[in-house]
Amino acid sequence: MPATTENETSDGVRAAETRRVELPITGETRRVELPITGMTCAACARRVERGLSKTPGVGAANVNFATARATVEYDPRRTDVQRLVEAVEGVGYGTPGALAGDDARAAVEQEEAARRAERRDLARRFTVAAVLSLPVLIIAMSHGRVALFNVWWINWLQLALTAPVVFYSGAPFYSGAWAALRHRAADMNTLIATGTGAAFVYSVVATVAPRLVAAGETTDAGGMTMSGAMTNGMTTNGAAMSGAVMSGAGANAASMNGVPMVPVYFEAASVIIALILLGRLLEARARGRTTDAIKKLLGLQARTARVVRADGRHEDVPVEDLMVGDVILVRPGEKIPTDGVVTEGRSSVDESMLTGEGLPVEKKAGDEVVGATVNGAGSFQFRATRVGRDTVLQQIVRMVEEAQGRRAPIARLADVVSGYFTPVVILVAVLTFVVWFAVAPADVRLAAALVHMVSVLIIACPCALGLATPTAVMVGTGRGAESGVLIRGGEALETAHKVQTVVLDKTGTITEGRPGVTDIVAADGFDEDELLRLAASVERASEHPLGESIVRRAQERGLSFSRVENFRALAGHGVEAETEGRRVTVGNLRMMEERGVHLDGMGERAASLASEAKTTMFVSVDGRAAGLVAVADEIKPESREAIAALKRLGLEVVMMTGDNLRTAETVARAVGVERVLAEVLPEGKAVEVKKLQAEGKIVAMVGDGINDAPALAQADVGIAVGTGTDIAVEAASITLVRGSLRGVVTAIALSRETMRVIKQNLFWAFVYNTLGIPLAAGAFYPLLGWTLKPVYASAAMALSSVSVVTNSLRLRRFKAGLMGRRER
Amino acid sequence: MDAAAIFVLVSGVLLIGFVVWFFFMGEGERGEARADESGVQKIRVTVKAGYTPDVIVLKKGVPVELDFYRDEAAGCSERVVFPDFGISRSLPAFETTPVRFTPEREGEFTFTCGMSMLRGKLVVEA
Repeated sequence: MPATTENETSDGVRAAETRRVELPITGETRRVELPITGMTCAACARRVERGLSKTPGVGAANVNFATARATVEYDPRRTDVQRLVEAVEGVGYGTPGALAGDDARAAVEQEEAARRAERRDLARRFTVAAVLSLPVLIIAMSHGRVALFNVWWINWLQLALTAPVVFYSGAPFYSGAWAALRHRAADMNTLIATGTGAAFVYSVVATVAPRLVAAGETTDAGGMTMSGAMTNGMTTNGAAMSGAVMSGAGANAASMNGVPMVPVYFEAASVIIALILLGRLLEARARGRTTDAIKKLLGLQARTARVVRADGRHEDVPVEDLMVGDVILVRPGEKIPTDGVVTEGRSSVDESMLTGEGLPVEKKAGDEVVGATVNGAGSFQFRATRVGRDTVLQQIVRMVEEAQGRRAPIARLADVVSGYFTPVVILVAVLTFVVWFAVAPADVRLAAALVHMVSVLIIACPCALGLATPTAVMVGTGRGAESGVLIRGGEALETAHKVQTVVLDKTGTITEGRPGVTDIVAADGFDEDELLRLAASVERASEHPLGESIVRRAQERGLSFSRVENFRALAGHGVEAETEGRRVTVGNLRMMEERGVHLDGMGERAASLASEAKTTMFVSVDGRAAGLVAVADEIKPESREAIAALKRLGLEVVMMTGDNLRTAETVARAVGVERVLAEVLPEGKAVEVKKLQAEGKIVAMVGDGINDAPALAQADVGIAVGTGTDIAVEAASITLVRGSLRGVVTAIALSRETMRVIKQNLFWAFVYNTLGIPLAAGAFYPLLGWTLKPVYASAAMALSSVSVVTNSLRLRRFKAGLMGRRER
Repeated sequence: MDAAAIFVLVSGVLLIGFVVWFFFMGEGERGEARADESGVQKIRVTVKAGYTPDVIVLKKGVPVELDFYRDEAAGCSERVVFPDFGISRSLPAFETTPVRFTPEREGEFTFTCGMSMLRGKLVVEA
């Protein structure tokens, strides 16, 4: 395949930077480069070399210790990369990413497995915590009213039930907090570990050595010790903080069996751990769904391809082993395994999974097909032009992945805040303890200080702040990708939602960018189909684009062609030939005049069509005028509707074109655009965008990625209309996989919806934290008597991050297409 | 105000001072990236409740490969973001993910987790 060698080499070099290179040497030998890890000396390199060489099917193996790479030549019929990797691992070394190499799927599957393991682990820990903390909660809630619980060992029982919750279920919080501390950082774990740790340690001391705690309370013998009843009453009853309640019945029953009873807070520790684990579990589930879009995209990929070898043999090959130039057979209903160009056969292909467009696309020899799309009823062969990482699907996945990490400027404040959040919460907690200890009545001050401090630590939720933007951007961009709208990230989303003016390039954006038949006028004695059939039969032999449009229209109408003879093309005039025993001429006015054809008023009709910027071709049969066919750059069927939808979104729509004003205005009228910028030179487009910006408008420019690149870059939001295969348009912040204007509507509507969700999330997260923390600290207590028990604080905290993620997930239900209407 | 209250007050103030010093004034562990024979500055960064090292010194204009090893499955660290370089990578748990770029400007650039809670710093020197 000499024609493609250069192409393959450059692809190969690019792949080498990241994973592996695979180059065909001859038809029967392949070479692969594998990165090797774990080698410490040249002897290791030789061991790897030997291990590889012994593998059946390996011709030569060469391991370079300095570059830590193995170059292996192998016979693809006898072995594959998988077996080479096994050989390397068999001698004790690794080849990271060799298999994941061309395929993001493996990485995603791995991540998915890790997530599942995390969820299982969380679920186990939560179950233990829930089962054990329930009795503790009941004991605490009984407030001493249940005689059964009024026994001297009740605190010991609670300790026994709580210890496993803290040491097993809560272990990740403590180890996480410790790891963070070593980085001189504080995170969620720090807060939860400090909060539950404080409650637990205090309660253990109060159980094991009650006198010690009692001594710390106060010197007043009356309040020094409490009955079992009050012990737990305090814990769960906010009013216990008030001295008035404390002077009640319990205060006098100071001891049981001579042991002073002091309040314990085991339920704070264990229920908090249970609730936060539940919150994490729900959050992990929800967060897993935020990347559903990518998983769905990757799931589209075919796993094998049926390659047609030079000798005509058919062979099923894993997609990762496909090479550029391979000829692949696609049978009816099959997924197309990679990108390529049809070589023979024809079929219709459903590309909706990548483009969001519902209608199948006709494919014949010479047309491009895209991997992961689904073949219809026909069968065809195509030559692979892109494989592995370079395919459209993988490009889309990469773009979406990158986009999902890009920050939206709106999150800047939240980003700054989350960096300082946890240490500040710790400061507030310490302050809360000190203040409550100083101002609370002496007999309950330790309890009051502790309870409020724990509440503060537990209610603060930096996660809600941190998750607010990324989850929404993730779900929003993922949803976009499913509809064929690739958004570059948070910033693009944010600017897109502010857009006021949309500039549409005419050719190729509003229109198809190629001529199509618009009018057929038949003279007396002919009908339209007859006229079209004769003209098309003659034009079929020509290669003129105007002729092609006539042929295409005839095919669309299902007309059959007749055989032609004595075909003649006259450059700049037209074509003529004989068919069905008649002489048919298709050409311009001059050709008709030269042939002495009497036009019978067709001339006037042609002039009026010309005023609508249409090109007319006359058809004559045996020297008599048969009619005319008008051709113009066809307006895409959905353009009008999409432009109306843009206007409904409150956007000003401007059309820009290099064509003359008359042509431009005709198209503008047809699609409902009022403002037209005509006769703009290609290099002037960016200037026009700048002028609009100077009017104070936020401008989105929609055009193709090549000619319009400067204008796309100049615009606040550049929307590139893709041809379905070139995805990574640098100048654009949004790429439409398929060139329909509907994508522009989707992009802008989606960006608005995503920003709305982000704002809700941020509002909720900020309000939650700014109200929740003072509430937990008891700041509202002096005025309103409000206070918050640690258990409720933990429930609020568990809910807060779950609600943010759930809110973001609503975007998955965003309806693409025209303002809520969608044909899929 | 009794002895206990004074004790709590004084230790509270001391603790606040300690927290401020500990979290806001400390410097992380510095790590200097070294260029290998191929002319790439390579450094391994362990991700576990933070980045180790979390201050990485790099040379301007030399390609960089930061190998992030994510030693945990906890959700917070599943993504690393370099806002100044427009890089965002997901880090599969218990795997090494290379992040490649070339710093063209001197200065200090932060990198964070997807939620901005874990932080590290790149110091690009001439």
